[in-house]
Order: sequence, then structure tokens, then C-alpha cells
Amino acid sequence: MKAKPSRRGFLRGTGLVAMGFATGGTIICAADYAWALSTTAIDAHTAETLLVVARQLFPHDRLGDQYYASVVDALDKQAASDPAVRKLLTDGVGRLDSARGIVWVQLSNRARDAALKSVENSEFFTTVRTATINNLYANPLVYRFFGFEGSSVEHGGYIHRGFDDIGWLPSS
Amino acid sequence: MSKTFELKDDSVVVVIGSGAGGGTLSNELTQRGVNVVCLEAGPRLTLSDIVNDNGTMFGRLSWLDKRIGTGDLNPGLPLWVCKTVGGTTVHWAGASLRFQDHEFRVRTAYGEILGANLLDWPITLQELEPYYARAEDKMGVTGTHGISRLPGNNNFKVMAAGAKRVGYKEVHTGNMAINSEDRDGRPACHQIGFCMSGCAIGAKWSTLYTEIPKAESTGRFEIRPESMVVKINHDDRGRVTGVVYADKTGALHEQKARAVCVAGNSVETPRLLLNSESSKFPNGLANSSGQVGRNYLRHMTGTVYAIMPGRVNFDRGTQMAGIIKDESRHDPSRGFAGGYEMETLPGFGLAGVATNTIPGAWGAEYAKVIEMYDHFAGMWLVGEDLPQASNGVILHATEKDQHGMPIPVVHFKDHPNDIAMRNHAYKAGTAVYQALGASQVFELPPFPNTHNMGTCRQSEKARDGVCNKYGQAHDIPNLFISDGSQFTSGGAENPTLTIVALAIRQAEYLADQLSKKEM
Repeated sequence: MKAKPSRRGFLRGTGLVAMGFATGGTIICAADYAWALSTTAIDAHTAETLLVVARQLFPHDRLGDQYYASVVDALDKQAASDPAVRKLLTDGVGRLDSARGIVWVQLSNRARDAALKSVENSEFFTTVRTATINNLYANPLVYRFFGFEGSSVEHGGYIHRGFDDIGWLPSS
Repeated sequence: MSKTFELKDDSVVVVIGSGAGGGTLSNELTQRGVNVVCLEAGPRLTLSDIVNDNGTMFGRLSWLDKRIGTGDLNPGLPLWVCKTVGGTTVHWAGASLRFQDHEFRVRTAYGEILGANLLDWPITLQELEPYYARAEDKMGVTGTHGISRLPGNNNFKVMAAGAKRVGYKEVHTGNMAINSEDRDGRPACHQIGFCMSGCAIGAKWSTLYTEIPKAESTGRFEIRPESMVVKINHDDRGRVTGVVYADKTGALHEQKARAVCVAGNSVETPRLLLNSESSKFPNGLANSSGQVGRNYLRHMTGTVYAIMPGRVNFDRGTQMAGIIKDESRHDPSRGFAGGYEMETLPGFGLAGVATNTIPGAWGAEYAKVIEMYDHFAGMWLVGEDLPQASNGVILHATEKDQHGMPIPVVHFKDHPNDIAMRNHAYKAGTAVYQALGASQVFELPPFPNTHNMGTCRQSEKARDGVCNKYGQAHDIPNLFISDGSQFTSGGAENPTLTIVALAIRQAEYLADQLSKKEM
């Protein structure tokens, strides 16, 4: 891609690096460049905020940001095919930012929760929450962390792999 | 050996739907020498289309044409049923329980209950018992006919240990139409999990790979997938003469018929009858009683999840892996009529658990709950709900589907008896897990309805219901109701075995009537 970065730098409070493009898309990277997310429809600030919202909704210390980035990727794809979703996401982030007069990602943890709580019944919130569940928890790299083992038929099921291996039950 | 029939061939029986009712009826009729055309709205899949992925299979199997739910129902997805050859037998969990004697005579056993439209069935348990036995043999139900029960998985072992501490007596791995040994050309269960996404090895009975190919092998059967019936036609005498259906391109055809059997599940069956209104039948076919689309039943349901002191991996193995039957009796001292079963149920993957455990929840505390996924145990509560005239299916006044057929509006509100039973069941389920030191217990509201019954009910008298004890419409002798719609009441038990038993009995009756030239 050949485009001029219009904004570049550490996003304060998130430890991420963002590069926005005049074309409207953006690239977000881990500070150590271990992973990167590129969007086409949503701008850098919206993308960065949505990534932090996804983690705020379902925070797991064991999961790196790249798993939450997959939620933003999915939302960006929705926004790319439907301008109404793009507006919903951009406006929703705007509403979060205006809650306290400081951009939402720079609020304290408690204040972020409070701002999210205040929009809990909005279509924006439902869209982001549903996308987070469906993209974070349906990711095999994530669900294996939590003990859901996914497809089993190719391993012959669990008939010889511990379907009844429970060991802690009392004998009476 | 499958055959094709001409559209104008009016010697065939048309069966609408290929699930537990329609698939079984089709096979039973063809085995008795009757020619059958089965029209199925959904596509035909094979075992290789079945993968262990809840989301993929939900999209591949489910009936997702628009329906509107009102009252207590999920507005966008009131039902969780299938649109595919094999119908909801591709998705079902396999629990195969007989109704109890009193559940066929609920008006007599329960008395008059305010707000409930109770009626005794025109058939008794005793009359149905031989057909239950044949259904169990056909389906290979464990714990019947000398077929051993399935081994219990972790989720069952937790439930059974808790049940023992609470003092329940009748606890076992159920009566399941899942092979515990190779049988009928199908393998024994490999404890794969994902039963409700379709059994990838065919160990679970489904008409998709049992009744339907058996019917085809008679040379008297044609199944037409992706064929959505929109209307049933009749003549001046009020006998049905054929059906109009849309093929996969949307083109309409009329298949002539000697008799028509409707088995589209309890929303589509009344929807079709209502949409077949005519000057002779202005309120829809078979509806002189006004009961078509009424008395919709979905079972009292609820789910209990618990975080246990140790690892469970509740998604390993058969999903409905066992049952507590002690609460299934009718015992009004508990504060409600009828009873309920307690059956193991895991989550539907991590995304399913996150969605369902506390609907709408989020935040750090809820994330900690989800992190305990492998310590979850779970059970489903399923019991008798009471028929109410106002619960049911109507046609939308203006909105139509892709075939120009009005979309269905499904309404259901719990009767106070249903609520009292659910609250009792939540407490009972919670007690089972707390007896083993569960750290947290969650009471989940009903999922979209999987058990759908009652919208074209059987009755002794024509004024009280839609069909007689053979499922034959009171108003139209060559029109049959062949699915759970014909249930007069719901019982506490999962409905499939009763649907199959009634289909076997109906096939015997219909074949006999046809051979005597009665229609």
C-alpha cells in the first residue's frame, strides 16, 4: 500500500501504534510490531477505541491484544459493506468520548466501565458486544485457552479421550 | 432405487416435511405398498456436510426464514428447528421417552385450571404402547429392547452425584436414540459431542439416513428437497386434491395427491392450513373448530449451569447424557400441575456459554465466569406446559416471504403453572450442583423453542380440535396432521418418540384406508 500516513504515534493509554491513511483506513500494531491490524472503512481512532472496548467488555489477562484486534477486523468488514454500520461505530465511539469530556480510552478503568454502562442499551453497544463474543470466543486459538476443545470427530470423539475422566467427585 | 412421479399422478400420497413425523410416515407408508412423494422445504445434506462447529451448523441446518415471535418468545428467532432433509431429527439430542399415562388425560387428571385449554387426548397410553415399542426398536433406543444404555460422561457423572446427595432415585443415562452398539447399519456413539449440530457419524437416529433411504429402497418413494409447499388444494366436495409448491428457483408446481399428510413442525403446519383458505373453507383448511394454530406448546424449559470445584469439560460426549426422572410425576403438592425432566446439557462452545450464561452480561466479573468454562456443568429442565387458546400461530397481515406466503407470527406467554414449575425446577437443579459445592450457579431463561407442539390438536369431538386419534382431519378425511402439531397436550417428555409412534400408527391406518378404497 502506498499512502501517506496522516497520523502516527503511540496511542496514549493503550500501548498500541496506529498509522492512519488519508484514504480512511488505518494500521494498528503492537508496540513491538508482533502483530498488526489493517482496516479499510473505519479510522484509526475508532479502530483503536473498539479494540479497547472489546477488551473492556471481556477482559482476559491471558489474551494478547491480537485476539481483540480480530473483533475490530470483523467490525471493519461489516462497516465496509454497510455504511450504516460505519456510522454506527463512529458515532458510538464519539458518544463514548463525549461522556466525560476526555477521549474514552484515556479514562480510568472504572470510568470506562461507567461510560459503557451508560450506552448499554444502544444498538452500538449490542453490535460491538455481539461481534466481540462471536469473534473472540469462536476463535480456536482463544477457546482452547479456556478449555473448550473444538471439533472432535477427526480425533475419534472422546470415547478414548476422556469423556468420563472426571477425578474429583465424592464417592458418596 | 428412488423413483420419480408425475405431477399429475393423483395416486400418490403427498407428505409435507421429512422429519420425525414426515420422514417416518413416508417410510412406513412405502413399506406398506403406498406410493409417496415427500416435499421438503430444505436441501439434502450428507454426513460429510456435518462438521463439529456450532455456528456453521446452525447456519446450515436451521429454519431461518423470517418468523416473528411475540409474548415471551425471542422476537427474531422464536424457534430453533431445521430446514433440511431429515428436519429437526438432524438437530435433536436423541432423548426418547414415552409419555406417562396421566399425560394423555390431562383434563381428567389435572381438573379445570384457569386460563388453560386442557383436553384429554382421544388416545390412551395403552393404545399407543405397541407403537412406542415399534418406534423404540426402529430408532434403537437405549434401555429398551435389550439395548444397553450409553456410558455416562463427565457432565452426567456430576449430575448423578449431585442427584444422589439430594436424594433422587431415578437417575440414569436415559433412553436415547443414539447407538450404544453398532445397529441397523449405523455405528456406536464415539462420544463426539456436537449432537445438536448433527451427528457426523450417524450414530444418532435421524430420518436423513434411516427412514428416507429405506423408503427410497422400496422403489415407491420420491423426495423433492428445496420444495416449499404454499397451498393445499381441494375440490367441491371438500376433499384435498393436491398441493402447490415452490421449487428452488421459486417456480410453482402442483403435485396431485390422493391424500395429503402435513408434517412441517408446529408453526409451518398450521401456517399452511391457514394459508390454504378458500371460499369453501374461509378460515383455512380443517379449521371448523377454530383450533388451527391455537394451543401452541413449547414445553416449560430452563437451563442451569454451575461452576464446579473441579474440571468437567461438559462438552465432551453426548450432549443429553443422562436424566433425573424423579420430578416428572404429577404431584400438585409442589404447587403446579404436571412434571418435568432434568437432562444434562452442555454449552454450545465458548461463544455459546458467553452468550447464554447471563444474557447481556459483560465486564471483568463476567469474564472471570467465562474463564471457568472447563469447570462448568449443565442441565436442561423440560416439563409440561399448559395449552392456552391464545398461544399460537397466525399469518402476518401484510408481510410476505420469498414465495409470497404471509410470514408466521408466533405468540407464546407462560401460564402461571409454567412459571411455578420453572421456579421449582431452577431450585431443584441448583440444589443438585450445590450439593457438590458449586461455587456459582446460573439459571438461564428458555432458549428459542426446540419442542413445538399442539397447534392442530387431536380431539374426540370435532368442535374441540383439528384431527382425530389417527391425526386425520375432522373436516377433511384425506388430510392428515403428521407431526407434533397433533399433540393434545405436551407431557413432560421430549416429543420425538411420541411423534414417531403416532406416525407409525397413522401409516398403518392410512394404508388400510387406502387399500379399502376409503379415500
